[in-house]
This record gives sequence, structure tokens and C-alpha cells, in this order.
Amino acid sequence: MALSTPSKFGASSAAGLTARITSGKRDVKGRVVEWVLLATLGVTLLILVALIVNLLDRAWPVLNGRFGDFLSSGLDASNAQEAGVWQAIRGTLTLAIIVIVVSFPLGIACAVYLEEYASRSRLARLIRINVRNLAGVPSIVYGILGLTIFVKFAGGITGGRTVIAGGLTLSVLVLPVVVITASEALRAVPRSIREGAMGVGATQWETVRSHVLPSAAPGILTGTMLALSRAAGEAAPLLLVGGITGLLRTGNLSLWEQITDGGFTSMPVAIFSYARQTGADFQAVTAAASLILLVLVVVINGLAIWLRNRFERNW
Amino acid sequence: MFIERETMSASTTQSWTVADLRLAGGRRRTDVRMRRLFIAAGLITLLVTGLIVYTLVKDAFSFFIDVPKHELWNIGWFPRRGFFDIKTLVVGSLMVTGVAMLIAVPLGLGVAVYLSEFARPRVRRVLKPIVEVLAGIPSVVLGYFAIAFINPNLITVLAPGANKAFNFAAAGVAVGILTIPIIASVAEDALRAVPLALREASYGLGARRVATTFRVVLPASISGVVAALILGISRAVGETMVVAIAAGAVGGGLFSTDPFQPGQTMTAAMAALGFGSDQVAGDGLAFQSLFFIGFLLFVLTFLLNLLGDRLVRRVREEY
Repeated sequence: MALSTPSKFGASSAAGLTARITSGKRDVKGRVVEWVLLATLGVTLLILVALIVNLLDRAWPVLNGRFGDFLSSGLDASNAQEAGVWQAIRGTLTLAIIVIVVSFPLGIACAVYLEEYASRSRLARLIRINVRNLAGVPSIVYGILGLTIFVKFAGGITGGRTVIAGGLTLSVLVLPVVVITASEALRAVPRSIREGAMGVGATQWETVRSHVLPSAAPGILTGTMLALSRAAGEAAPLLLVGGITGLLRTGNLSLWEQITDGGFTSMPVAIFSYARQTGADFQAVTAAASLILLVLVVVINGLAIWLRNRFERNW
Repeated sequence: MFIERETMSASTTQSWTVADLRLAGGRRRTDVRMRRLFIAAGLITLLVTGLIVYTLVKDAFSFFIDVPKHELWNIGWFPRRGFFDIKTLVVGSLMVTGVAMLIAVPLGLGVAVYLSEFARPRVRRVLKPIVEVLAGIPSVVLGYFAIAFINPNLITVLAPGANKAFNFAAAGVAVGILTIPIIASVAEDALRAVPLALREASYGLGARRVATTFRVVLPASISGVVAALILGISRAVGETMVVAIAAGAVGGGLFSTDPFQPGQTMTAAMAALGFGSDQVAGDGLAFQSLFFIGFLLFVLTFLLNLLGDRLVRRVREEY
């Protein structure tokens, strides 16, 4: 037992050492650090609560007084009593549809190329690095791209500063998000699924279509949801490609004419216009519009997170 | 057919040809066509980068040629009057980013360390989605929050001399809030990538959780944690709407190094040039300055992202 119990160890005696090891001293430092870390999380959550409470508090006059009217009025940054969000909601929905139609197929196709067709080729590596960099490009820079390419260069097709140019700009903006999340979903599909399909004679495309894409669908869907919520909350690039900020008169244009050659706005752009006005009236309008956008984005995000947790598969 | 082949192969040694194994024409054509389609989709992402660089460089270059050089170092940024003082914008961006990092680094890293090393799995499952919700808040909403809540309740209380309506500090705090989830999620991924064996070895030597976290796990994942900070900085520099709403100075701004006064940043200056842009659209210098700042911003964030990406991948490859 006492093979090597030294009478002295360093400066302390054996008895002192034993006492130090066996004493039930609390880990005070550990506790303090843990509480500090917990506090950072608490502060972060508190910010979220403060944001929501503040918005509800400020938005109350509008929510309580003229919510129906607010939902059905157009963009008007000169008169808070007339200001509303219906054009903005319609604009955001139109933009979202364009993003879904343009960006999702393109992004998923790019991810399929990267993961299924050319995962180790030099071109694929270049594209992968490129996509990661695109994901970090500030959104306002995409606005410049949209202004030069979609508004000016392709103005004949998009009609200039229309919702189509805005939608295409947002599609390019969220493309890297779609590619990255879809790639991750495809990478999570085990090899054996592909080998099973190939083993019975399926071509590469048939393997992708009938086995890989269905298996990766929940993950891909989650990624597209996140991309969609990003697009719904983005204002900066739209300012550059012509999102209307002051007053949007649609006159007696038909819906189709409004889409093809009328001005457009969106929820974030409308919030920006209202936030720049002074006075408690406009604060209420801004807060109410922010609340609507926040609910929209959080619902899309929540759906994405729920989908991920619900359909997460461990192969 | 099948039987025939069977008997043939019995009589002769081998009669299979490549033609027998080849797919029917239609299936092969579809396969080739889809492959081309997928390659095209991949190439489009390269085209996007190419177009971004091309549009930025072209007009940034002609701006740089045309602008009187002394205007690039002036009293302030007033593009419509021909004052293009770049340092006003760069210093503004740096101030906002600095304030943002003061908020986002401690909170983001604290959240990451807690979720990765201290939280029980059940707690983590509940809290992580909530932090992710924070990442989804649109930046215009936080811009409004900056002028409606952060400035009156935080900045002007802590610094009574601060501008009551707009200032860099309030914008910086809001940008910091936007950056918390980015830092938290990248850093948490890095921490969780550290193998359990390292922690177990540390516990085995008698270290407690705090020592294990700060002396073993954190050093092992340091490049990922640094990457989180760099990506956070890149995001903060590029944030536009918060600054456009909360920092004031829409038309331009004087050179200022006071974070408690209103002013202009690179991104906010671009937004200001862009919207209501009927006035600046065309070929004027003011319009071209949009591309010049855009180019500076692109290069800056590109370098930061490249560095961050390198560091993230180093963590991933090590274990």
C-alpha cells in the first residue's frame, strides 16, 4: 500500500498534501466561471425579450387602433395615419416567389454537381471556395451587382427597377446559402444508398433523382427555408435596385402591370422608410411593421429548425 | 434472347461486347444532359463572382481616374458636393465594428463555451434554437431597435453627451447583437470538434471543468475560435441597414472620431447613394463613388472571409 508515501513532497508534508486532496473544498472558481458563462447566455436572451417587449409596447397604438387599416393601407412615409404595409407584404411575397423559382433549383443543382458529380475535381474545389466567399460578401455589394446587371444591362428583360430585378438580386444573394446547406444535406446521405441504386443499373442521374435527392430532402428543405427568411429580411440590396421608400402610388395599374413595370417595395424597405421619420406616430408604424416582419421571419426560421429536428436522420 | 446468350456463352468462351452493356439511347442522353445541366449550375456561381468583380472594378477604376485626388482626403464625405473623404467612411466603419465586437465577442464566446462545455444536452436542445432565432432577426428591425431602445436607454444613459437621435455607438451595439449568433455558432462548432478523449485525459489528470475548458479545449480549438471572430468582424463591417437607420448622416458626414456622434460608414454611404438614386443615377462622380466604396468593402470582407475560412478548415482537418 504505502509503496511510496513520501514524508515530504516539495515544500509540503505528506499530511498536508493528503489534507489538500481529500478536503471537500468547493470549486468556487469553477462555480463563478459557470455563472458568468450562464450570464452571457442570459444577457443574449434578455436582448431578445427586450426587443419583443419594446416592439409590442411601441406598436400598441397601431395594433390596437387601426390594425386592419394598417394591413390594407399602402406605403406612405409622409402621413402616419395613412401608412400601411399591404404593398410591402405583396412585394415581399412576390420577391419570395421569384427567389423560390430562381434560386432554389439553381442552388440545389449546383450542390448536386459539387457532391454527386465532381466532388474531387479541381473545378469543384474552385466552385466550393467561391461559394463560401460569396456567402460572406456584404448584401449591399449584391445591390451593386443587381443595379448594374439586372436593372441596367438586362433592363430590357426585367423592365428596369421592377420587382423582377429585385427578386433576381435576392436570388443571387441567397444562392450561396442554398448551395452550402444543400451540399451538407447531400453529404450526409451515406454511400450505400447510392451504391444500392447503381448496383441495380441506375444511371447517375437516376440515382440522384430517385435515391439521393429524396433522402436529402429534409435537409435541403431546411436550408431553403433559412435562405428564404434571409431574403425576406434583406433591405440593403433592394434600396439599390429601386425599392420604393417614400410613397408608392399604384394608381389604377393592374396587378400584372405593377409587377412588370411599376415600382415595388418590400417589408424591410418599408420599415426603413418609416424608421427614418420622426415622431411617435411613425415609431408606432415602424414597430408594428417590424413586428409583422419578425413574426414572418421567425415562423419561417422556426419551421426550418423544426423540420431539421423532426426529420434529422442518423444513418 | 437471354437463353440464347446463355447457350452461346456455354459454347464459346466469351461473347459479351461493350454494346451489350451500353444503356439504351434515351436513358444515356438524359444522363448526359442532366450532367451538363448540373455543371452549368456550378459554373453560374463562378459567373456571379466574375460579374461582381467586373462591375466593381470597372466603375471603381474610372472613379479613381476621374476624381480629383485631393478630394479623397478632405473634411468629410459629401458625394453630391464632390467631397470624397474615404477616411471618414473607413473610420466610421471601424468605430461601428469596434463597438459591435465589444458586445459580440464576450457574449458570443460566452454562449458558445456554455452551450458546448457546460450545458446539459436537454438545456442545449432548448437554448440553441433560441440563439438561432436571434440570427434570423432582420437588420432593419435591429436598426429600429437601436434608435428606439438602445440609444435612449443605454447609450445616452452611459454617455450623457451622446447625440440623442443618432450615433455610432447605438448602431454598433445593434450590429453587435446581430453578430452574436454568428460568433456563437462558429465558435461552438469549433469547440465541439475537439475530441472527447482530450477532455477525458484532462479530467483523468485531475483537472476540473474550468481548467479543462480553458486550458485544453479552448487552446485545441483556437483557430476555429479566431475564425469565429474574423467572420464576425466581416459581418459587422458589411452590415448596412442598422447603420443606415441608426448612425444618422444620410447625405454625408464630416470626418469624426467620436463614437457618440452621428456619422457615415462605408455601407451606409452606399445605401444613401443608392436609394432615391434618381438624383445620382447616371455617370456622375457621386454615382461612381458607389462602386469605389463597394470595391473597398468587397476586398476587405473578401480577405477577412478567406482568412476565417482557412482557419475553420484547419480545425476540421486536425482531428
